[in-house]
Parts: sequence; C-alpha cells; structure tokens
Amino acid sequence: MYKLTLIIRYLLKRRITHFAVLTVALCVFIVVVVMTVMSGLVGDIKQKNHAFVGDCVVGTKSLVGFPYYEELMATLEQADFVEAVAPVVKNYALLSPVGSDRSRGVEIMGVDPVRQSRTTDFAQALDYRRDDVARAFVPLYDPNTAGCILGVDLAYSRDALGGYSFSAQPARVGLTLTCFPLNARGAPARAGSSEVATRRFYYSDHSQTGLARVDDSMVYIPLDQAQALCMAGALKRVTAVHVKFRSGTSLGQGCDQTRTLWEQFKQSKQGAADSNLLDTVTVESWKEYRRTFVAPLEKEEAMLSVMFGFVGVTTVFIVFVVFYMIISHKTKDIGVLKSVGASEASIMSLFSGFAIVIGVLGAALGVSGALLFLAKINRVENWLYERFNWQLWDRTIYSIGDIPHHVEFSVLAVVVCCAIGACLIGVLVPAYGAARLRPVETLHGTQT
Amino acid sequence: MSKRPVILKAESVHKSYRMGATRVNVLKGADLTVHEGEFVAVIGASGSGKSTFLHILGGLDRPDQGVVSFQDRDLNRMRAWELNRYRNETVGFVFQFYHLLDELNVLENVYLPAMVSRGIPGWLGVRRAAKARARGLLEQLSLCDRARHKPYQLSGGERQRVAIGRALMNEPRLLLADEPTGNLDSATGNGILNVFEQLNGMGQTIVMVTHDERVAQRAGRVITLTDGKVKR
Repeated sequence: MYKLTLIIRYLLKRRITHFAVLTVALCVFIVVVVMTVMSGLVGDIKQKNHAFVGDCVVGTKSLVGFPYYEELMATLEQADFVEAVAPVVKNYALLSPVGSDRSRGVEIMGVDPVRQSRTTDFAQALDYRRDDVARAFVPLYDPNTAGCILGVDLAYSRDALGGYSFSAQPARVGLTLTCFPLNARGAPARAGSSEVATRRFYYSDHSQTGLARVDDSMVYIPLDQAQALCMAGALKRVTAVHVKFRSGTSLGQGCDQTRTLWEQFKQSKQGAADSNLLDTVTVESWKEYRRTFVAPLEKEEAMLSVMFGFVGVTTVFIVFVVFYMIISHKTKDIGVLKSVGASEASIMSLFSGFAIVIGVLGAALGVSGALLFLAKINRVENWLYERFNWQLWDRTIYSIGDIPHHVEFSVLAVVVCCAIGACLIGVLVPAYGAARLRPVETLHGTQT
Repeated sequence: MSKRPVILKAESVHKSYRMGATRVNVLKGADLTVHEGEFVAVIGASGSGKSTFLHILGGLDRPDQGVVSFQDRDLNRMRAWELNRYRNETVGFVFQFYHLLDELNVLENVYLPAMVSRGIPGWLGVRRAAKARARGLLEQLSLCDRARHKPYQLSGGERQRVAIGRALMNEPRLLLADEPTGNLDSATGNGILNVFEQLNGMGQTIVMVTHDERVAQRAGRVITLTDGKVKR
C-alpha cells in the first residue's frame, strides 16, 4: 500500500516527474498522429489501386497484347470463385484538342464500361454517367458521337483545397487520339495510308480515381475503338483481363486458382495462331500488378516505423535519465523504507509501478491530444492555409482530399503498450540500482 | 547481572569497509548482550564504528564475521524476507537526522511501517486500527496538532519525536537509536531522552549509540566502543 501512496505523492510533488509524463505524452502524440496520417494515406492509396484494377490481373506488359481473351473470360466466368471479369487494352497515344496543333502524351485504356464497372470501381469514378455506365462513352450533348472519358486532371484543374469546379453538363470538346497500331509480331502496322492511326472522340465524362498518375494521364475509350486504334491483326487482342473474386475468396487463394486456370487455358491453346503471345502473360494480384505505386509507400511506412523505433529508444533514455535523477534524490527514502522492512523486490516494484503510472498517464495524455488534434487536423490545415497560405499537402500536386484522421484501435493499443514498455525498460536499471542500495550507505550522515 | 532474559546478543562481530585502495577495519570483535527491558547506551568516539554496530544489530547490515542473534535466532542465517520482517516488526530505528519521508505528512510517516508490511487488501483491513495507533503515539509524543503537517514544517525536536513514533508503530521488541540527540540542541535533546526514559519505564528495550557521555548517562547501562571492540 505504501507504494501506491508514494507513487501518487512522487507524481504530485516532484516536478521532474511532470516532465517525464510530458515526454511520454509528446512521443505518443507524435507517433499516433504521424502513424495515423501515414497509414491512412497508405491505406487510401492501396484501396484506390485495388479499386482501379480489381482483385487480380491476367495480363502482359507488352503493348501487343494477347489473343483468345474472350475464351479466357468465358473460362474464368465459369469458375465459382470469380464474380466478374473485364478485358482491357492499354497503350500510349497523343492527345490533341480538335483544331489545335498542340498535343500531349497520354495513356489510353480501352474498356467495356459495364464489365469494367462490375470488376472495378470504374463507374464510381465517373461523374455524369455514374448511374448509367453502359452509356459512359455516349456524350450527353450528342449521342451519335464516339465518346471518351478523361482522367479528371486532364479535364479540370484542382483548386488549392483539392476540389474541382465541375460543370453540370460535359462541355462539347472534340479530341484526337493518335496511336501506333502494332501487329501480332509487335511491328508497327500500316493503318490506311499511314503508320499511325488517328481517331476523334468527344469528351463524354471524366474519371476521378484518386490516383494522381491515372487521373492526370488516362483517357478511357471503348474497348473496340482501342483495339482498332492500337492493334492490328486477324485476332482481336487485349493487354489484360481484370478479375474480381467472389466475397469470401482470399486474394492469395483466388490468384492461385486463376493461375491454375490460366496455365490450363494456355496449354489448350498450344499450337494455335499467335499462341506465342500467351507466353508473355502473367497472373498477378492487384498488389503485385500495382507494386510500383504501392511498394514505395509501404517501404516509407516501414521506414517510418523504424524511425519511431528510434523515438522509442529516445523515450527509454529520457525515462532512464529522469528516474536516475529521481532515485538519486530518493536514496534516503530507500534507506528509510528498507529500515522499516521493505524488501528489494518491493523497492523495485515501487519504482516500476511509478514508471507504469508515468507511462499510462503520458500515453493517456498523448493519445487524448492526438485524437483531438486528428479530429481537427483538416480544420487546422485549412486555417493554416487561410491564415498563412501554407498547406501540408499542396492539393494542386497531391491527389488527396482530406488528411486521413481515422485512428486504428490496434495502432493506439500498440503505441500505448510501447510507451508503457519504454518506461518500464527505462526504469529497470535505476530501479534495480535502488533496490540494491545498502541502507547503511544512504542513511549515514544525510540530513533531512 | 540482570535476571531478565537476553533479547539480543552480538559475539565477536567484525566489519570492514573498503575506502579507496585501503580496507578499514571498523569492528574488530565487538560483543554485546542486551537483556529485555534494558536501556543500553553504546558510547564511542566519532568513527569508532558505533553506527555500523547498531546497523548490524538492526539487520540493516551484515557482519563479516561473528554472530548477532535476537532471542537466539542468528540474524546471519535469516533469509532476506525474514530479515525484512525482523526490521519491520521486531526492531524500530531512530536516526540522528530523523529521515522522515518528505512526501508524507506526520501521521503517514508514523504509520509507514504498518503500510510497508501489507498489500492493499491487508492494509484496508487494518487501516483504521493503524491510524488510531499512530494518532495515539502522536498524542503520547505531544504531536497531535501536527498530524497533518509535513516534516519540513516541524522543528528538529518534533521531527525526532515523529521518527520515534514511526519506530514504535509496530510495537517493536527493540528500539535502536543512532545519535538521536546529535542534531538537536540540549533542551530538545533532553526532551527526547525523557521520551526514551518513559518508554524504557514501560518496558521498552532500547539500544542507543552516542558520542556524548552526558547523553549516555541517561541510559541504564553504558558500554564503550574503542578500537572496534567493546571495552568493559
């Protein structure tokens, strides 16, 4: 009982303990805020990448593509773990407004809007045709023209807060896409009188995936138009088939099963025309397919965790120093306690308990501060922008809306446990030293 | 020789300390026998090993050689927990510099030994009785009105009386006092010695070390520690 009494008194009376609590609180605050924002951003990017490609991609990096995709899709659709599949043609093109001699390089993606919406979040990314995705490539102003969907940053500029000023109706804008069609051998194919194929489209909608690179350079066109624009040859080809698994199917399991089906399919096509193109096809989960975008962020997150490991070490050291100072000032108390029968274990548990209380209080304070700050983080950022014209993430550059502020309970639990653990580690050496102090040394000749 | 039973016996106690490169032999075979209810003063010059001897008698330190037994139980053979219990229940210490805990008030300092020996449930069971005993001791020591004060608010004599109250809290069989008047003026020191005499009158066994012969004369028996040995 004396331990509890002394812990409370030390806590209330000793100013240095307030600094220890403050140190722990600050460390916890920083870790919770940064981890929440960082893991929120990483989670957001992952979710958007997942939504963009579906669960699994059977595809090739080659722009030539691969044939027999319709049979492949039929095979996949019969599998009980597959919910939907969508064929995709990806390529590069020059985009220029009709009547203008200026052009820019873009990526083009030929899709079947209905299939693509069943497999990915394609429809949710649209604005005007979100609820009528079958007519996504039909401009509202002229149903008889061929439409295209522009990545939102190709069509609009973001304001400083990351918003867009969309018009109620898509503007009538004619666009020309120019591409080099490739034959099945990967050679440029002559399209009419030229080696380049040019087609005119009209802006029918825009797509906001939240992925900066996609929204800034992607133009979606109907699958058949993309095939005609980018590919030549007797057999229709695609560069990828996106697959969505039924709920309950794990990513690993679904990809393995897809891989098996693909191998069987490839075997069945041995000797068929252009079957060599099937050799370039791989089956990848969305994480593997988008790893160039996701992996660096995951790496940064891991590096951040390591850096916070150093913060933890600093906390341990600070707690060590604080306790070393407290115990240096309390040697007389330790001698007195031993003279009235306190054991070494009891002295050790007194200071360990003290450390736990400091850890718990510091963590509680840090977590409360962090939750409060995170709840207001977007308001704080807006205020900073309005007052000082300064933004943490410039929305004209970074494709994020609000700063993530959803706190994961598991992150909180880990941080709190680490804070208390750091305090306990920090106190171990001083507490052990205190427990081993010989009362004779501490009581002899020290004046109260 | 007293006919009362022997309560504490020290035989040929040796103790040395290392001070830098040299080893200082403080006690070189000190003997002492204390009977129940005795008030013994151990007198000696500064640095003669009086405090060391007292700490060994109280189980705060262990001798290099020799035997210290309390009621025929060898302190050297006691386990750590038994020695803790001995210091908590059997012995009460009074130090020259009082050694009160600054964070606790007077009442809490007095009942500290009762708290140390118990966990929270055990303490809750005896809390009222322990507080009542602590208040009784403070009354006996004329410190009732100081119960809520902090040690720094008290005079030297008052602090020493609080230290005596703490030493008596668990009704120890043996009270060990290390220069209890060494830090007090003569009038205040006299008051402390009066308290000791009263306690001894009520049957309390006391061993007090001092360098002051006038203080030592207040005890029932005086022994002298010279050159690490008790001079008879």
